[in-house]
Amino acid sequence: MTSATRAQRPGVFWAAPALLFFGLFGLAPIVIVAGLSFTSWNGLGSPEWTGLTNWRTLPSDTHVGSGLLITLALTVLTWATQTPLALAFGAWAAGPQRVRAVVSTVFFLPLLLSTAAIALIWQALLDPTFGVPAQWAELTGTSANVLGHPRLALYAIVFVLLWQFLPFHMLLYQAAAKQIPASLYEAAEIDGAGPLQRFWRITVPQLRHTIIASSVLILVGSMTYFETVLLLTGGGPGTATRILPLHMYLQGFSAFEMGYASAIAVLLVAIGTGLSLLVVRVSGYAQMTSQREGA
Amino acid sequence: MRRISRPHAIGSAFVALALGLTTACGTSGPGASDDGGIEVWMVEDATVNPVVESALDAHETSGELVTYVNDSYKQRIQVALGSPNAPDIFFNWGGGNLAQYVDEGQVVDLTDTLEANPEVRDAFLPSVLDVAQIDGRYYGLPMQGVLPVVLFYNKQVFEDAGVEPPATYEDLLDLVDTFKEEGVTPVVLPGSQAWTELMWLEYLVDRVGGADVFQAIVDGEEGAWSDPAMIEALEMCQELVERGAFGDNYSSLTYDNASASTVLASGKGAMFLMGTWELSNQIENNPEFVENGDLGFTAFPALEGGEGDPAAIVGNPSNYFSVNSDSANTEEAIDFLVDTLASDSYVEDLVDIGHVPAVAGIEDQLAETDHAEFTTFTYELVSEAPSFTQSWDQAIDPAAAETMLTNLQLVFLGDMTPEEFAEAMEATQ
Repeated sequence: MTSATRAQRPGVFWAAPALLFFGLFGLAPIVIVAGLSFTSWNGLGSPEWTGLTNWRTLPSDTHVGSGLLITLALTVLTWATQTPLALAFGAWAAGPQRVRAVVSTVFFLPLLLSTAAIALIWQALLDPTFGVPAQWAELTGTSANVLGHPRLALYAIVFVLLWQFLPFHMLLYQAAAKQIPASLYEAAEIDGAGPLQRFWRITVPQLRHTIIASSVLILVGSMTYFETVLLLTGGGPGTATRILPLHMYLQGFSAFEMGYASAIAVLLVAIGTGLSLLVVRVSGYAQMTSQREGA
Repeated sequence: MRRISRPHAIGSAFVALALGLTTACGTSGPGASDDGGIEVWMVEDATVNPVVESALDAHETSGELVTYVNDSYKQRIQVALGSPNAPDIFFNWGGGNLAQYVDEGQVVDLTDTLEANPEVRDAFLPSVLDVAQIDGRYYGLPMQGVLPVVLFYNKQVFEDAGVEPPATYEDLLDLVDTFKEEGVTPVVLPGSQAWTELMWLEYLVDRVGGADVFQAIVDGEEGAWSDPAMIEALEMCQELVERGAFGDNYSSLTYDNASASTVLASGKGAMFLMGTWELSNQIENNPEFVENGDLGFTAFPALEGGEGDPAAIVGNPSNYFSVNSDSANTEEAIDFLVDTLASDSYVEDLVDIGHVPAVAGIEDQLAETDHAEFTTFTYELVSEAPSFTQSWDQAIDPAAAETMLTNLQLVFLGDMTPEEFAEAMEATQ
């Protein structure tokens, strides 16, 4: 390396604040939690070294296996509901008409609310005696038992998450769709392509990278849907919606088994990292090719 | 004693970070205790907080009260104890909750203090004071009213159906059938929160087998969870569900958002088994229901043929103040507790806010309060009870309590048999 190139490169010094923050709040906690996972600790006194005990307990804990399955189901369901809707609404909202601006502003309202507020609002709306299910049951004679029904509870969570996160992903798609050159659509129109054809042949392929980015956010985010589940169902009825992050929380801050909860946390970090690596690899996102071929 | 091992300090710091507990309420932890004042931590309670605050103001040593919302308090105190940020005096639930702090040597033994001040010790109802007793030594003093679990009911609904509140369990079962026919949910049960279901199990075990059954569990006796009374009580819980006692939607119903209380107040539900704090909950959420005199209350029904005394009660005997043994001000803290908690002015203040303090001989005072009928009923219930079993989830080890609440919900849902429940709980002993 010549001295000229060295002078042109920014020194490590400039990255130091970011590295320091990442190390302090990103890496250090992971290392400490990994260490705690080999101990027994109730939060009081000093952690007691127990070797692999927590890690041996993991496979035999039925809540870990079922928690993984429920987490997976939640991941698949949230992706399958949020992606097509966000894509469709986002592409629509990118259009020029004034009414769309007003309607999409209304759509984006849930973005302004905190997760806790959303969960509590929906818990009240889904109340079996005074909420929507009660009215519905009166009309149709079906059960009003939504959050207390083992299968419906999961769907209810998927719905609330959809309501909460759809606007964010819509915003991503809307921004990306606005970047698509109008000339592409004009050319297609001259060639006689209808609106649906233009959507499938131009909008969707041009949004490929946005779809991947949004999907990564949904998949990795699904590891952290914790608050919504905690507040809506608390993992219930029984253990029907006890996702792995919630199981970790209950073990740590309800049973005060901090060491065991740390082992679950490490497992979650591994799954989250693996998931995002997988998506990046499969999608070829890492190659960062231009999506402006047509422009 | 104040030295803290490094892993613990790091661990505490991280857990605090992880919880996002950055809202430190503006107090300066150790700083506050080094200047001679005492720091008191308790759960946020709009009625009790001012009572404690004025007691602190009145006491000769300066003091400061720091409050936390209920749900985060247990986590908060667990992480703080043993760290330099711990308070001098802290609020707890007695029983297993207190025992784990005692095991770690974090709590001052108050036994000798009580020996030296017999008038303070004798002021409290023994059944309530004893909940803060671990291995024969006292580690806390009751700091607010008694909170037994009682059967509330809607008088209007009972009148409309032409029935009387249940005196026996048989009556209760008959009432379930009657109210089902009337289209009213017989018993309100906020089953999305397992501790409300636990109240039914606690009372049924007590009525079937007596208070000794749960005492054996607390004492860690082998096979205690598989006691025949436990199995029978769990079966009774499942029978109540099958009979439709709790309606079809109980597993969706929540207590925290006042929805369950409103079911009772609105007449959609007839009976509600809940702690005596339900009165203030109803006053806040459904004031007209209380003002109209429609909120009825009675003791849990007797069980014919059961071994338990029908006068026995379950619930939260009280909450307790304990002194942190790492504190620099243990003397002042102990003085404050001894001077205050049994004093006339403190007891009067508690009575004024509708509490029933855990002290003997306050009948006259109670008779003059706004809700005299209820406070007198509560006082008599507690003072005549042969046993006052502490809520199980507070009485046992937190890890076992977590397993118990999860599995109990499965029993109510019919996804777990009583025998499987007992087996799973044996594994936690």
